[in-house]
Amino acid sequence: MEISYWNKEAETMERAQLARLQLKLLRETVEAALATPFYAHRLKKCGISSARDIKSLADLARIPFTTKDDLREGYPYGLLAVSLEEVVRLHTSSGTTGIPTVIYHTKADLDNWTDLVARCIVATGATRRDVFQNMMTYGLFTGGLGLHYGAERVGLTVIPVGGGNTKRQIQLMKDFRSTVVHATPSYMLHIASKLPEYGLKISDLCLKKGYLGAEPYSENTRKKVEELFHIDVYNSYGLSEMNGPGVSFECVYKNGMHIWEDTYLTEIIDPKTGEPVTEEQEGEVVFTNLKRRATPLLRYRTRDVAFLYKDDCPCGRTHRRLSRITGRTDDMLIINGVNVFPSQVEEVVMRIPEVGTNYQIYVEKDGALDKLIVKVEIYSKMFTGDLSALDALKEKIKDELRASIVINPAVELHEPGSLPVFEGKAQRVVDSRPKL
Amino acid sequence: MRINQISVFLENTKGRLFEVCSVLGQHKINMRALTIAESQDFGVLRIVVDKPAEAVKILKENGFVTSLTDIVAVEVDDRPGGLAHILEVLSKEDINVEYMYGFVEKALEKALLVFRFDDPDRAISTLTKNKIRVIKKEEIINL
Repeated sequence: MEISYWNKEAETMERAQLARLQLKLLRETVEAALATPFYAHRLKKCGISSARDIKSLADLARIPFTTKDDLREGYPYGLLAVSLEEVVRLHTSSGTTGIPTVIYHTKADLDNWTDLVARCIVATGATRRDVFQNMMTYGLFTGGLGLHYGAERVGLTVIPVGGGNTKRQIQLMKDFRSTVVHATPSYMLHIASKLPEYGLKISDLCLKKGYLGAEPYSENTRKKVEELFHIDVYNSYGLSEMNGPGVSFECVYKNGMHIWEDTYLTEIIDPKTGEPVTEEQEGEVVFTNLKRRATPLLRYRTRDVAFLYKDDCPCGRTHRRLSRITGRTDDMLIINGVNVFPSQVEEVVMRIPEVGTNYQIYVEKDGALDKLIVKVEIYSKMFTGDLSALDALKEKIKDELRASIVINPAVELHEPGSLPVFEGKAQRVVDSRPKL
Repeated sequence: MRINQISVFLENTKGRLFEVCSVLGQHKINMRALTIAESQDFGVLRIVVDKPAEAVKILKENGFVTSLTDIVAVEVDDRPGGLAHILEVLSKEDINVEYMYGFVEKALEKALLVFRFDDPDRAISTLTKNKIRVIKKEEIINL
């Protein structure tokens, strides 16, 4: 198999040399972190007041974990390590409640992120002769922009179409002979189901590769998409707290995703104890971003569950490989690639006076795509007998949910006492989707 | 004169309408007029009954979301153009009908129409002025 590298020196670096580099970068990151109010306080409490307190990579264990709640508490400036003049972009994502989280980037941060994405693209064998149709959402969501800049840097012809509008997607694929696409697995299945409607066959398209991510899927779904489109599917993983896509990506061997360990210091921990798991065991993935200077994050708990492969990859890259994400250690839902916390839905519906005390969240498949249904009980005292008032209420709940969780839910109104009553909020969620 | 209409919120589940009617039946409450306004996944049942206050109490006790709305019931000759005449009168006075429904009272050979107006009092005086008979509360009970 032909192996190409974007940065061969970095990608095939000896492990010992990589470890030395990581230690140097970890010290720099701790130094940067100490400039933020959040870490200055937290690191000093555990006896780290300068980079000199980090003597070896083992000292990483002295640093407490950082969680999404920490980011929320630090919102908006608590984790900013540089002056705003240095910041060239920010991405926010929804927190577990109404307060979002924010990640800032300097020019150098974006440059490094783009370079990592370029590595991913080249690792799959794509070249500047490819036409890249980016069907991932642009904007605050990092999926679209992350791949966009990486693909431009490699020199692919980028079609920045963004998410949705299947008819246009298919038209573009056909007219510009797109060879590489970036999407969620559900969306690819949706496109496959729509092709006949537009009178097209797979052979009318020129697709060769699909970069699929933003939602977990199985090996079977990879095979299904590969067979449906006659393409190679590469698994992609990232999260906005670690810049976005480009954290880890599959190479031509498609046997796990190389984590760019010269940027992402990776641990797999037991989510209950916080202790490292033994080799190749499944656990929660924890990352330290070693390169980002605007928002340094140390030992960030992703809540994603996966494991690291032990064996070497025939591609020659020395960076270890992450397995598929097999689950979450929290109750986050991924709906058409968008992360949604049940607590966000609760916060929205419970602040609307016409809504009673009970609600339920249903997640279903509608064709290949996910559908979110929020069922709420109406508050009987607010009932006027007016049908249009009820329709308006439904629209209001929809609008407020859309503003908070960035996806379009269906809302159902129910009579008080008609929805099942539960103790914990987890049981309010009914997810009937078959695993992808 | 204004008459009470009962509105009942109905979610789109099997047998829910039956349950409302059955509860009212058990308590010897007689329905005079009925209509259902429906949306995608729920509806509002609108009924005129002989004993509205009692009906609301019973429905609430049985867990139904209900409310009372003022409506105006009008008698109209059961012949072609009967309704058109009434609507013409209302339209001339610029009175808005939010919704309406009708039912035929066999014994009287008249049709009864139920109107929901945004300004019921003005509607009543306009109708009366134009010699259109507005049904009284007691009449609904004794129909």
